[in-house]
Amino acid sequence: MPEKTYLQAISDGLRQELRHDQRVFVLGEDVGVYGGAFKVTQGFQEEFGPWRVIDMPLSETAIVAGATGAALMGMRPVAEMQFADFVSCAWDHLVTVAAKQHYRAGTPIPIVLRLPSGGGFSGGPFHSQNPESSFAHIPGLKVVCPATPADAKGLLVSAIEDANPVLFFEHKHLYRRIKGEVPDERYSIPFGKARTHRDGDEIVVVTWGAMVYTASDAADVLEQDGVSVEVLDLRTLIPWDREAVLEAARRTSKVLVLHEDTRTGGFGAEIAATIAEEAFEYLDGPVKRIAAPDTPVPFSPPLEQAFIPQVDDVVAGLRHLAAY
Amino acid sequence: MATGTQIEVVMPQMGVSVSEGTITKWLKQPGEAVAQDEALLEISTDKVDTEVPSPGDGIVSEILVGEGQTVEVGTVLAVIAPAGSAVGAPAPVESAPAAPTPEATPPAPLAAAPSGSEPQSPQAPPAVGAPAGNGRTFVSPVVARIASEHGVDPTAVPGTGTGGRVTKKDILAYIESGAQAPAVVPAAAAPAAPVPPAPAAPAPPTAVKPAAPAPASAPLQQGEAQEPMTAMRRGVMEHMRRSLDTSAHVTSAMEVDMSKIVAARERLKKEYQSAYGVNPTYLAFVAHATVETLRDYPWINAEIRGESIVTRPWVNLGIAVALEDGKGLIVPVIRNAQDLNLLGMARGIADLAARARTKKLLPDDVQGGTFTITNPGGFGTFHGTPIISQPQVGILGTYALVKRPWVVQDELGQDVIAIRPLMNVTLTYDHRLVDGAYSGGFLRDLRERLEGWEQTD
Repeated sequence: MPEKTYLQAISDGLRQELRHDQRVFVLGEDVGVYGGAFKVTQGFQEEFGPWRVIDMPLSETAIVAGATGAALMGMRPVAEMQFADFVSCAWDHLVTVAAKQHYRAGTPIPIVLRLPSGGGFSGGPFHSQNPESSFAHIPGLKVVCPATPADAKGLLVSAIEDANPVLFFEHKHLYRRIKGEVPDERYSIPFGKARTHRDGDEIVVVTWGAMVYTASDAADVLEQDGVSVEVLDLRTLIPWDREAVLEAARRTSKVLVLHEDTRTGGFGAEIAATIAEEAFEYLDGPVKRIAAPDTPVPFSPPLEQAFIPQVDDVVAGLRHLAAY
Repeated sequence: MATGTQIEVVMPQMGVSVSEGTITKWLKQPGEAVAQDEALLEISTDKVDTEVPSPGDGIVSEILVGEGQTVEVGTVLAVIAPAGSAVGAPAPVESAPAAPTPEATPPAPLAAAPSGSEPQSPQAPPAVGAPAGNGRTFVSPVVARIASEHGVDPTAVPGTGTGGRVTKKDILAYIESGAQAPAVVPAAAAPAAPVPPAPAAPAPPTAVKPAAPAPASAPLQQGEAQEPMTAMRRGVMEHMRRSLDTSAHVTSAMEVDMSKIVAARERLKKEYQSAYGVNPTYLAFVAHATVETLRDYPWINAEIRGESIVTRPWVNLGIAVALEDGKGLIVPVIRNAQDLNLLGMARGIADLAARARTKKLLPDDVQGGTFTITNPGGFGTFHGTPIISQPQVGILGTYALVKRPWVVQDELGQDVIAIRPLMNVTLTYDHRLVDGAYSGGFLRDLRERLEGWEQTD
């Protein structure tokens, strides 16, 4: 099986879908001639032509509204935001129209928004955010946060096939750093099924996106302490795999929820609350959250490093839970 | 998050009017590591006992105030050094003197406890892995569940978690080691629980006060169940024992014809309910009359402080309130009860009772009482001998209101038997200060007030 970067896996998966289904098309800023801000759609316009790989004006509202209209007419648009941060410009069309259309009128809106998200490269407050929890809160939207190349491709296929608006968060820091085996053939990975990234039985870290790797490195350190830590990658937040989380919580009795998004109202709060409700009698310690502080993402590299949860932070949290 | 500097632990402010607190127990000794927010010591302010969490991570380097001593809010109690720093052998801390200094305001009898706790002086810190507490402070949900499924007493399990807490791992290892035969029936203890075979068997819990009535380590018999004591229960236990050890309790009883009160209550009930939403209970009438009567008997509203008698022109009236499950007792205080009319008294009692049962009382609500009323009559009891709430010297008991044949005089001055609503009241007083004649006078005057009730308020 070929090894591919996270970015290549998304690119190949998307190309495969364009070939597989004539209803699928791509739109976004600079996705055509330029090949996308991160070159995910490089070469697409040559292969599929300017009517299936559409360079859009500098208006996220127009991109999301246009995708919504096309979906209403039976198409399967895949829209790219240059940075996930900018999707807020299209909030109204996404949240008020696309998310509620099926409920109001019975007409599905099968759109995919590809959202390069996350920090770690001094992109500052407009180019580094992880706004997944804002959209996880909106009924009618689905939220996907792949961590591995193989998941990125398989979940993208499910996202395109899904009848609802799907926000597909691609972590920028993983684009070229993470490689993994990705099958060449077309395959899909179902939403709502968590993946055990690393086995363990004393503490479970529930996380997603780039934090899967931070958690895994921290778990390696704890292994040297003699503490066995599981890392559970949620893969999708809406829907999220409650059963897998509760099973792991009941089995290990100690849970650390980790995310790169800021703390207050982050999706980790939903997970921690669910564990408290459903698995209270199985807990042997407080459900701990590690997340970014409630501030904008700083530009300065040392400050950004202090902002984004680091391996050392997770190690400290795990040791606290292990000793509890 | 290494702390580079020493951290001082100070006596916390536990309520607006609380100016001092008494250290009841150090949960950590010099040389022991402590994590931020881990329980470090227990303090007592009048009736509220609480744990004080550590303000930071580190090692207890010095304990400056010994068990049993009472100090002002803000006093430095201990010093926590950053982890890794050398901690010198601590000098033993002096426990409280056997007798309190005369000007000390705290209840005198507190000095009784610390003398007994001297054996646990910090010179001999407990072995690692068996710190004081041994999970008695907190049993996690999963440990509680496993314990009940296997009929294990979690307090018998050696704890390795924070503060000696019993972790899930600890209790599973304990069960697996065969220390406890797996019980088929939940909660049924194994016939003879042997001593846990853990390598470092915990020292007999140092946490248990020498004055504890029964050895805590007696093994459970078949069918017995065990549960940890709440802080409130411990507080009540300690207080009741201490009160009996302190005061010379004597109880006198009086029968009161409540005819006029019953009539007054009938008259006021509707108005109070509709206008103020308050029920004029019999307790409110009795409380009002008691406060009036106390004005003439200041020694019953007094306190023995050292060798002197302290009286005051106000009455802070404690009302004993049982928690709803009947397991737990708290005595919130109506301040300046002498200023209240009947309506104010009824309101005050209703408010305190409601907040006591919903656990919304503040530390200030249970402090500073000068006299207490307890009302077990709701269950039909007609007599009792309550225990005085220290440092007060009297407690009034009110009992069931029952209709009884009663000899009264008719308008011609002839004796006849009438049906009258009778209530017994008792005054339990501290005979060190209050004598029989004085208490008899108080009860007589109280009865006259109730039997001759004329106020319209």
